[in-house]
Amino acid sequence: MRVVIAEDLALLRDGLIRILEAFGCQVVAAVDNGPSVLPALIAHRPDVAVLDVRLPPTFTDEGLQAAIRARTEIPGLPILVLSQHVEQLYARELLSDRLGGVGYLLKDRVSHVDQFVDAVRRVAAGGTVMDPEVVAQLLASRSGAGPLDELTPREREVLGLMAEGRSNAAVAARLFVTEKAVNKHINNIFSKLRMPPSTDDNRRVLAVLAYLHGEDGRRPRTPA
Amino acid sequence: MRPVDGVRGLLRTWIRPGAVTAAQGLLIALLSLSTHVALFVLSLVSLLLIPVFGVGFALFPVATALVRLCAGLHRRLARWGGVEMATPYLPAPAGAQFGTWRRFRWVVSDPATWRDLSWLLPGAVTGAVCLAAFVLPLYGLEGVLGVPLVLHLTVDFYGYGPFWPIHNLVEALLCFPLGVLFLVGGLAAGRWLVWLHLAFARFFLPPTRTAELALRVHQLTVTRAETVDAQAAELRRIERDLHDGAQARIVALSMSIGLAEQLLGDDPEAVRRLLAEARETSGQALAELRGLVRGIHPPVLAERGLAGAVRALALAVPLPVAVTVDLPGRPAAPVESAAYFAVAEGLANVSKHSGASRAWIELGHADGRLTIVVGDDGRGGADPAAGGGLTGMGRRLAAFDGTMVVTSPAGGPTVISMELPCELSSPRISPSSGTG
Repeated sequence: MRVVIAEDLALLRDGLIRILEAFGCQVVAAVDNGPSVLPALIAHRPDVAVLDVRLPPTFTDEGLQAAIRARTEIPGLPILVLSQHVEQLYARELLSDRLGGVGYLLKDRVSHVDQFVDAVRRVAAGGTVMDPEVVAQLLASRSGAGPLDELTPREREVLGLMAEGRSNAAVAARLFVTEKAVNKHINNIFSKLRMPPSTDDNRRVLAVLAYLHGEDGRRPRTPA
Repeated sequence: MRPVDGVRGLLRTWIRPGAVTAAQGLLIALLSLSTHVALFVLSLVSLLLIPVFGVGFALFPVATALVRLCAGLHRRLARWGGVEMATPYLPAPAGAQFGTWRRFRWVVSDPATWRDLSWLLPGAVTGAVCLAAFVLPLYGLEGVLGVPLVLHLTVDFYGYGPFWPIHNLVEALLCFPLGVLFLVGGLAAGRWLVWLHLAFARFFLPPTRTAELALRVHQLTVTRAETVDAQAAELRRIERDLHDGAQARIVALSMSIGLAEQLLGDDPEAVRRLLAEARETSGQALAELRGLVRGIHPPVLAERGLAGAVRALALAVPLPVAVTVDLPGRPAAPVESAAYFAVAEGLANVSKHSGASRAWIELGHADGRLTIVVGDDGRGGADPAAGGGLTGMGRRLAAFDGTMVVTSPAGGPTVISMELPCELSSPRISPSSGTG
């Protein structure tokens, strides 16, 4: 698997390269600043890009901007964005093209090496990976009144894991239940949230995230 | 033009301002005639009584307080007439109760005291003359309305103007234009007299340039002290959080790693456990540092500026928040930070106390001031004097010469309007998703 990395701190950049290469990935380019991200992505067309949000020269969000621009240039280019902090706002922008192949994780997660590499692989395969903290923020900001409160605690748990981008099998393993039980929970969730059922894993994750972002039309964010 | 419009136009251009001028004249005259001389005498007597067992020391501040009340009313009347006059008095020092030496010294050393005092008598003259602003139009009104009425009843016992008593119909009819003349002339002259009185008062009642500067210095001293205190408290909090949180965890982390190093050869299973523990601890330390950074300077503010950071805040609140941003550039970093935390506090209040179903935030810039509005359709009753988050917000803004106005009637809606003087830097196209 060919990977492009953008990270300005040498220590972290080397760490990422070491981890990815240890798991059989080939790091074709590792850049340390914002302006060289897009050219590197276009030149190498990697299977997946791992980008830090904050990069020189302005140390704002050029990694994120580069990710969004790259996906307009190369639609569906799998990109995993890493950051010291996560923002719903950024997640929303990353997901806005609804094509999948997007990941958004806290840098802390890299320390769970196997889980991190798994996330890179899932993104490369077109899946969606969201940090548990993003999902927690989303759930918190949509609590209160609404169909979300009709879910049982277990269903909320399943919804959270789904939003993180985990497959049914992974959810089942995490909750120590059978896949059949997970399927039942998911069906309940979809009917309670009045969402059309879908068998495709990836599309379902995107639908859940869109719902949590308030893009279901039932809860407009902008009053007229 | 419909007749209604004509009446309305007449009301707007003639009758209402005329009535206001007449009322102003009456109030000024009554105030001047009833109090000025008495207050002047009281002040004078209390000054003369200073050698007598210190009676004057206690009495003079009381007299001054009354003079200030009177001058304050004139300032208010002036504002009503469109003449702005700020209050010039130096703030009272601590422990300056009536009857104390400190109070006396404060009152005597304030130049505004003597300026007020020297204005009392001439002000009484110009004020008394303002009575004409009321009496003349009233007399005119009598000519216009009263005479025809009386005429209808009888002649020979009632008079008006030069006709006393009115002898015949021609004289009576002449009263009407005479009344109009008095009415119009009286209103015009009245306006001029009131203006004269206020213009004269302006020589005495507003702060002098020196007093203005002294007041400004005082205000800056107070806000600086508050800012320094707040900053020191903030630093103490950060120190404590670091000491008890991330720092302690990193100590534990290095202990786990050291122990693992020791056990490396003998007990691989224990090493694995220790390393897992170390990773767990490092995760907690990072989470704590993240929280701390958010409280110092939120990363999203650094990355996206005020507009983006406020949109991010709006997303985190469990109710729909409409965000309207109209900023042609970016404010200076400290102002952005103050504005961000003000909005954050406002939104926290909305989600904690208001019971609102929706909220809105407006950011704008006009006349060198950043304007921020945080509103919600909740139950209202927010009190900025209650000492909660709103008080802190006001204090934070005061450090930047900012202001905060809270309107929150019972039953809502609550609207917090804030203003911060600031210039915007060169325009920057910000990535905008429209709403938040």
